[in-house]
Amino acid sequence: MNKLLSKAAQDDAAIQSLMSEVLREPAPVSRRHFLKLVGLAGGGLAVAFYLGDSPSALAQNGLTQNATGSEPEFKPNGFVQISSNGDILIFSKCPEIGQGIKTAFGLIIAEELDADWQRVEVKQAAVNPAVYGRQGAGGSTSIPSNWDQLRQAGAMARSMLVSAAALEWNLSAADCRTQNSKVISKDGRSLDYGALATKAAALPLPDVKSLKLKERSDYQLFGKRYTGVDNRQIVTGQPLFGIDTQLPNMVYASYTKCPAFGGKVVSANLDAIKQFPGVIDAFVVQGTGLATEVLPGVAIIAKSTWAAFSAKQQLQIQWDETNASKDSWTEFLAQAESLTEKSGKQTLRNTGDVDAALSGAAKQLTAFYSYPYAAHATLEPQNCTAWYHEDGRLELWSPTQQADSSLTLLSKVTGLALDRITVHQTRVGGGFGRRLMNDYACEAAVIAREVAKRQSVPVKLTWTREDDLAHDFYRVAGFHSFAGGVDQEGKLTAWRDHFISFTADGEKPVSGGNLDSEEFPALLVPNFNLTQTLLNSATPAGPWRAPRSNAVAFAVQSFLHELSAAAKRDHKQFLLDLLGEPRWLTPGNIRALNTERAAAVIKLAAEKAGWGKKLKKGHGLGLAFHFSHAGHVAGVAEVRVDKKKKLKVVRVVMAADVGPIINLSGAETQVQGAVIDALSLMFAQQITMEKGRIQETNFDQYPLLRMAHAPIVEAHFIQSQYNPTGLGEPALPPLAPAIGNAIFAATGERVRTLPLTKSGFSLS
Amino acid sequence: MTRFTVNGKTYEINDIDPSTPLLWVLRDHLGLVGTKFGCGIGQCGACTVHVNDTPMKSCLQPLGSVANQKITTIEGLAAANGDLHPLQQAWIEHDVPQCGYCQAGQLMSAAALLKQKKNPTDSDIDAAMNGNICRCGTYLRVRAAIHSAARASKGAISKDVIKVALLDSEPSLLMSGSRNGEV
Repeated sequence: MNKLLSKAAQDDAAIQSLMSEVLREPAPVSRRHFLKLVGLAGGGLAVAFYLGDSPSALAQNGLTQNATGSEPEFKPNGFVQISSNGDILIFSKCPEIGQGIKTAFGLIIAEELDADWQRVEVKQAAVNPAVYGRQGAGGSTSIPSNWDQLRQAGAMARSMLVSAAALEWNLSAADCRTQNSKVISKDGRSLDYGALATKAAALPLPDVKSLKLKERSDYQLFGKRYTGVDNRQIVTGQPLFGIDTQLPNMVYASYTKCPAFGGKVVSANLDAIKQFPGVIDAFVVQGTGLATEVLPGVAIIAKSTWAAFSAKQQLQIQWDETNASKDSWTEFLAQAESLTEKSGKQTLRNTGDVDAALSGAAKQLTAFYSYPYAAHATLEPQNCTAWYHEDGRLELWSPTQQADSSLTLLSKVTGLALDRITVHQTRVGGGFGRRLMNDYACEAAVIAREVAKRQSVPVKLTWTREDDLAHDFYRVAGFHSFAGGVDQEGKLTAWRDHFISFTADGEKPVSGGNLDSEEFPALLVPNFNLTQTLLNSATPAGPWRAPRSNAVAFAVQSFLHELSAAAKRDHKQFLLDLLGEPRWLTPGNIRALNTERAAAVIKLAAEKAGWGKKLKKGHGLGLAFHFSHAGHVAGVAEVRVDKKKKLKVVRVVMAADVGPIINLSGAETQVQGAVIDALSLMFAQQITMEKGRIQETNFDQYPLLRMAHAPIVEAHFIQSQYNPTGLGEPALPPLAPAIGNAIFAATGERVRTLPLTKSGFSLS
Repeated sequence: MTRFTVNGKTYEINDIDPSTPLLWVLRDHLGLVGTKFGCGIGQCGACTVHVNDTPMKSCLQPLGSVANQKITTIEGLAAANGDLHPLQQAWIEHDVPQCGYCQAGQLMSAAALLKQKKNPTDSDIDAAMNGNICRCGTYLRVRAAIHSAARASKGAISKDVIKVALLDSEPSLLMSGSRNGEV
């Protein structure tokens, strides 16, 4: 394997390890978590969780306790803080990337606390995994992973307040209840939380196991619509995002890497660049050679972003591309298409006898599906502000989805001890998986350290949009060569998928390019064969909103519809028959597909969309289901297509089961956003590369959907008995196949190639 | 020297090259970071400001071109006494933002539209908002919030923001993007 692929493989291993960490089930709370309670200066109550009693961890968060309880310089930093005036401050531990977690986390704690939401303020917590545990946002796991921890934080505070009131009234705690920031006694007396805060802080800690969490029927706050806690600041233009960081004596940086991934700097016109107006310095950064850390490049330090960008335009860099990427989309496509008639080199699953089942099938079909590379294009370009202080501490303001793991990565890249590094998590102008990587933070750190050799000042590194599209961790392309068969009764009996994906190390598929042996509908078809062939690629790949599912759902759910259509079956009934009896598909795994939940969302989406209704000429309805990230979601799209293949997505109806809804408004926006994002992705987004260089440079060549083309989206929820799971991702995958199936219903034409523009469609 | 007004405040700028885009003058020199950088080529609209009440992509406007002009940015959209613009109020009530990064630009384009048309149709809105990209897909609520602000009374809007946006009374605003569209 050549050097570049070896480096790409290291990057990919880093991404995959990050993803498995993201998706890991949380450890049982009772074993690892302890609650601590501390008094606040001026009276009040604070609750924090600790993963152990490390004195340094406590000190770092200002949570040190002394015997007297007097804390002259106390800076509270747990989950809950209640002031004696009744103000409640809640700290949200995970990054806010547009998924609405800051509001949802506030609500979860407030619900168990029985807090008056009008008196709650939610702030971003400090980045300190020793105190908070995992502080990342990915895999739609923030809600399920923190559900117990946050509820216990609220319940703990509530329990202390009840005890304080009971003491005050000389009653038993059992004679008190709570509502809307008040403790109310059986005999009708009531005390506000603020009036109880100081007394509560002096009480001993209850055992976490003794805390009684609310029953579903007792919820007061959940399930209603709440506006986002930062909305007022957003609409008035307050500085919230990483790119808004402003610090005294701050300087501005641009960074230019080789357009072909992995190229090294041989020389650059640094002397000329240093003469440009506003430029302070320019230097070569060797980097670590990994895209997930710091690739080689040239940094320009200037008095303003514009000066840094202008000088960047004038850079002349000679690159050594000996080991750089030579990837070519044209060649990838040709390779993949040449593989269509063969089965894959690696078998992921083989059950029954697919060949026999296919030859005995009443209807047998083959089809070839493809989807391209895609970029994240977060609207806030990658950026980070880093300050290498004179005393050797490194401080960063970072719009990251992985604040916690960025600490260890920064420590590795800079060689600084973990306790010398502070990361402030800012609001994030779009994550979508891009900011699970912290390359921009590593670059900022390395550049700031170089700058500090002359003067210790903060450095704001800002990428241009062109940098962003050229140096992403792309949603990887993929190809499926399918064969399928249905029997006389129109039931699916055989499924073969030769999946063509990409590898960085010659062995494993890249992040997002992997299918597992239980990929839908593996567990539902008696004769099933899934094989894969991997093409070598040096182009970095990474998680993109609903990784893998965002692409594979299109191929699998479209081909399923091809088969049901060939068998002249109603697609809804075909899917329900496929799902069969109500059960967990992998027993014991509550994050696995449950056929009862799946059937319910399919039925609900169909019902709400008027499935089976008579449509106007040129209109079609398409139904698709996909399970991902523990979410069961189905969608029905209604489209109108004219003879010139002008497509109008008239209406999309989505039905989701992610358990109880915390914030109905937030849940609806995630579904609406996922549908529009998915349509944007499937319509015209494609990243191509030649000679290792990404060809699309900005939004004129990588278009995002605009308002006029956004369809009406209805979101319906089945609030099932299960614990809540995330909704940032699972509503996205069903949309593309729903649209494709609707186009078929309207026109008889099957979309097998994305983006739609490649199949000749335009939007009206 | 370039003299111009931003949000009612007059600035005289001596030491900045007049070819510098207004966006970067606002962000890096005046500290008004509410106006956002998204693409630098006028494609995304995150940098939209008003130049004499006309919406402009500030990434494409050289400082020299706005000499003696009146600029309004997102920081100046609310009234001087802090009362929110009806659009800002509607944005909060409809819980429009997701990541929020594009919303300053969306609001400035919408505010310019409402100055031109008191009761815009869906088509008017689509046309006026065509230059603003939202990666999160908030378009339906942007559209609904514009309709809502247009309907709102013209009296003073309380600066006390409604913290709980219970829109149960008008679920259709949330559920559907188009109240009077052709669909």
